[in-house]
Order: sequence, then structure tokens, then C-alpha cells
Amino acid sequence: MVDILEHPVSAHDLPDPHHEDHGPTGILKWITTTDHKVIGLSYTVTAVVMLVIGGVFAEIIRAQLASPNGTLVSLAQYNELFTMHGSVMIYLFAGPFAFGALANIMVPIQIGAPDMAYPRLNALSYWLYLTGAITMLSGFFTAGGAANFGWVAYAPLSNSLNTPGAGADLWIGGLLLTGFSAIFTGVNLVATIFYLRAPGMTMFRMPIFTWNMLVTAILILLAFPVLTAGLIMLYADRHFGTHIFSVAGGGVPVLWQHIFWFWGHPEVYILALPFFGMVTEILAVFSRKPVFGYKGMIFATLSIAALSLGVWAHHMFTTGVVLLPFFSIMSLLIAVPTGIKIFNWIGTMWRGEVWFSAAMLMAIGFVITFLIGGLTGIYLASPPLDFFTHDTYFVVAHFHSVVMALVLAGMAGLYYWGPKFTGYLLDERIGKIQFWFLFIGTQVFTLPLYLLGLRGMPRRMAIYPHDPQWKFLNDVSTVGAVLIGISTILFVVNVVVSWKKHPAGDNPWDGQTLEWFTTSPPPHHNFYRLPAIRSERPTWDYNHPEHRAIPHAPAPVTAETEPVR
Amino acid sequence: MKVEAKILLSLGLFFGLMVAVYWNWGHENAGSVMMFAGMLLGFLPGAYYYWWSRRMKPRPEDDPNATQAQGAGVVGAFPGTSIWPFTLGMGSFFTVLALVFGIWLLVPGLALVIWALFGGVAESRRGGKV
Repeated sequence: MVDILEHPVSAHDLPDPHHEDHGPTGILKWITTTDHKVIGLSYTVTAVVMLVIGGVFAEIIRAQLASPNGTLVSLAQYNELFTMHGSVMIYLFAGPFAFGALANIMVPIQIGAPDMAYPRLNALSYWLYLTGAITMLSGFFTAGGAANFGWVAYAPLSNSLNTPGAGADLWIGGLLLTGFSAIFTGVNLVATIFYLRAPGMTMFRMPIFTWNMLVTAILILLAFPVLTAGLIMLYADRHFGTHIFSVAGGGVPVLWQHIFWFWGHPEVYILALPFFGMVTEILAVFSRKPVFGYKGMIFATLSIAALSLGVWAHHMFTTGVVLLPFFSIMSLLIAVPTGIKIFNWIGTMWRGEVWFSAAMLMAIGFVITFLIGGLTGIYLASPPLDFFTHDTYFVVAHFHSVVMALVLAGMAGLYYWGPKFTGYLLDERIGKIQFWFLFIGTQVFTLPLYLLGLRGMPRRMAIYPHDPQWKFLNDVSTVGAVLIGISTILFVVNVVVSWKKHPAGDNPWDGQTLEWFTTSPPPHHNFYRLPAIRSERPTWDYNHPEHRAIPHAPAPVTAETEPVR
Repeated sequence: MKVEAKILLSLGLFFGLMVAVYWNWGHENAGSVMMFAGMLLGFLPGAYYYWWSRRMKPRPEDDPNATQAQGAGVVGAFPGTSIWPFTLGMGSFFTVLALVFGIWLLVPGLALVIWALFGGVAESRRGGKV
């Protein structure tokens, strides 16, 4: 019925068909490896460490804000903390976790490839990311402290007069390194997806996660070079006496905002699209159904990506020098493909055999939390409302709903794919407890911030006036932050408790895509054999021949053009 | 190969439309230049893929009825373990630190970068370790 062959993929002059990795072991393996799975695992561990570091900053910030005249940190330290919290979470956790960690491991396996297209470039990406992270964080050990101009580094504030010291330069340097790391990963992903697919894996049979990673990689290639150029200009302004962003020398400070947000808004989708892909896969597998509206999903992803490059100035409505109607229309338009996605996620679960595993719960939590963040984003796309809420906690609440949704999705991804690349299941019971802490904590943390913003509390303040309403809402939000902190501790506890305890087997979730066809963890160069690929869920077709007639499959024929029934 | 080409070409087309509207409506330089460059990033590789897609036989991965046997043969050269990415990464690290702590850090930085480039190229010539 389905043709199975010894997998013929072979690297250059192989010693034997079932060749193993004969490389060094231990720390030398970590340093010299070019295997995408080992590099991806390094990325995963580094990114989770960054999540914990950024989370500790967040807890300190929330503890400081628990009382109006908080004295936990000084005002200057507070500036460093919110700057580095944003920078660590955006540059060093969310992005690398998505396109460095899970995509690096899963994309080649999902398309039946032996490795990424450029394995050594892949390794270089990791080293640039790690050294970039070290560079950025080492600002805390310099005399002047870490960067303190906000994660956006707006122009007059970030020049050498207003922000002297090594911390800001280390921030720029670290961002240059991680930026190049992202660009190289983007090149690698596009080349892998275009050139290394298994026979029969046409573009419209790739899993949604792989599709989203392709679109993300193209977005990276469009957006990150702009940021890198901007950082070099900023450095030149600080040290070489150029006046690109200074009014005194005839420059334009708003140009920095244009450059930064031309990168910054696509970056939002560079962060989000991989997690959308993960959630789509998880919802389909745990509903035991194919993805509802597969092509609609791909179309929605492509349109979100295209539109995201035309909306950057909605971060700059209050500068007064941007074209309000254009950016407002484009921003509102993004709601349409995003709505398609939400609809399709619900459609995927609709009348499915839903299995509420920890991963599935977190994926559903993602959809709900992301909906809250997405809807409040529509408010902010309207200039009159944005003038009212700009730089208040309403904006903070909006993007924290979005990024906490991404954290939920990332955790779902670890519960879902962790067994594949480690070979061992995580504990389901602790996972469910973790979900409830994370989900309830997220809402308790963000919802008061919306009200705070509407009551006028500006962001980036270490102390605030004695207003009983503000104090109460801040206290509730701090409780939420503590709940989120507990959930992160529970995740670490889960990893320790279930360390090498429950072997996963090849296909613990009855998965649909190719990664569940190989062993857990996959062998060197990923596959001993491959099934015939006749739809977007080849593993399911192989395991469930009775369900072969699925919406996107062509006429059900085998390779020998023999009717199945 | 046709789908890949179409994705990139339609991206370029979208940016072409956007930059036309934005430039005529907003007269803003920075964004127009960046969107124009975005259009090129869609068109240049897109045109290359399209040019090739009309001249090459469909690959097994473009054929919806391909069997795994059609993919037999050498897929590509995948270098095994290699120290050069690490060397190059550390060289870049020191080079960037030279931006902050002084020009003397360029000495180890550039030395490592150049060593890694030569080492990496030599390794590719040998075929690498599998």
C-alpha cells in the first residue's frame, strides 16, 4: 500500500548506510558539532536560560512597582532593568528560541532532510548568538552599568552625551552579533526548505510549522539588515562624530525610529509566526484531525508577513511626521489574516477527538491569550486611541498579552517536541499544573495593566503618585508576575524530575508529520527510511491507512499508480 | 521550483505596489527606500528561481507522485565536526568587543577570523569529516 524503502539519502562518501556520528564527545562535541539537532539543543538551553534571566529582571521590576515609592532598586538601576528585560526577552529569548532552537531541530526533520543546507554556517549562527548574549549582558559588569535607554534606543537619548559608557556600546555590539546570527539562520532555513525536501514533499505538503519558518526566514532577510545598518549608524554617531541622528549636525532623530521600527514591526511577526506554526501542529495532532483550511493558513501567514512590512510607523503615530491613514489602514488589515488563523485553529479543534495533554492545554491557552493581545492591538492601530494610550501601560499590557501567549506556545512546543529530540517525555501532571499557573498568572498579570494604562499610568516609571487605584492594580499585576515565576520554576522542576524517566518511543502523540516517523532522538542525518509522501501528513497516512482520503491528498494512488481501493 | 519563484515574485510585486502608493501619498524618504529595497529582495532571487524553473526538469520534491527511490544519490555534502565555526565566532566576538574596549582587541579578533576563513576553506577542499 505504501512504499517503504531504505532511505537513500546519503552524505558524501559515507562509510555505511546506517552511519553514525563518529565525532568527538563531551565539550568538544558541543564546540565542534555541525549537527542541526545538537546545535538546536544548544540554542534551546541557551534561550531558556535567557528566559529565566529576563524573567528575574521582570520579577524585580514588578516587586519595585508593588508600592508607589518602591526602594528595591534605584531609579538608574530601574532604567537598566527595564531596558535589559526587553532586550533579553526580544533579542535573546523569543527570536532565537523560535528560529534557532525549535526550527533548527524540527524543520529539516519535517521535510525529510538529513541536515540544514549549510551546517557550518548553522554552527556559526549559534556562536554569534551566544557571544552576542554574553556581550549584551556583560554591560552589568561595567562601571556605568548596562544600557539604560529602553530596548528601542531612541535617538537623542542613545547618543554619547545622554548615554555615555560601555554598557550602551556593549548593547549595540551584542545586537550586531545576534543580528548576524539571525540573518545566517534565515539564509540557512530558506536554502534548506527550497532545496532539501524529500521526494514527494511538494511546497503545499509541507507542515504549517515549516511554512511559517520559511516565511519567517524571508522576513528576517528583509528586516534584520536594516537594523544592522541602523546600529552601525548609531555607533558612528556615538564615536566617529557623524550626525545622522542629531539635530545639531543637520541629522534627523526620527530617522532612527523609522529604521528601528522597519525592523521592529516585522520582528514582532518573526517572533510570532514560528509559534503560530507550532500551535497549528499541536492543535491538529491533539484533535486527531488534519489542519483545517491548510491553504488558507498558508495564505494568512504570507499576507501577515507582507503586511507587517508596511505598518512600522504605527509605533510612531505621536511623532506627528508619519502618514496616519496609510499606517492605520495597513495595521487594521493585519487583523483579517490573523482572524483567518484564529478561525482555522477553532475549526481544527471543531468535532475533533480533543486530547487535553499539557501541550494541548498550552496551545489552547495561547489562542485565548493571543486573542486578547490581538484585539487590543486593533485599538492601538487607530490613531485617536493611540494618541490617548501611547506610552502608557495599555501598550505594555497589549504586547505582554501577545508575548505571554508566545511563551505559552513555546512551552507547548517543548512539551510536544521535547520527547522527539530528547527521547524522553516530560511529566504530564506537573505540565498541567504548570499550565494553570502560567495561564492564570498571565491574565492576572496583564489585565490590570490595561486598566492602569487607561487610567493614565505611563510606562518606564520606577515610582508613581499615591493613587489607591494605581497601587491596587499594580499589586494585582505583581501577584500575576509571581504566578508566572512559579510556573517557570515548575518547568525546571519538571525537567529535573522526569529526566530520562519516561522513554517516549518514536511516536508518543500519534503525530502526523515526518518527524514522528523517525526514532526519538533521531539518528545522525535523521532518517533510516521514509514513507511515501502523498499529503501534508505522511506519518498519519502510513499509520492509519483507513483514513487515507483526506482533503488535500491528490487521487489516492501509490507510486505504482495502483488505486488504493 | 515554480512555487518558490512565485512566492518571492509576488512578494516583490506587493512591495512594488506598496512603495508606489506610499511614495506618492506620503513623500517620505526613509520608508520608501526601505520598501524599494524590499521589492528588490523579492524580485532578484524570485526572477532567478523563475528563470531556472523554466529550464530544469521538475525535481522529485516538486513531483506529487514521486517515490523515495527517485531521491537516490548524493543529496549534498554535509561536513562533519568542524572547529572553524567556533573559531570564526570567537574572532567576531573579539572584533565586536574592540568596538567597546579598545582597538587592541582587533589583533586577536582579526587573527582568529582570518585563521578560521583559511581553515574553513581548506577543510572544504579536503571534503571535511563525515
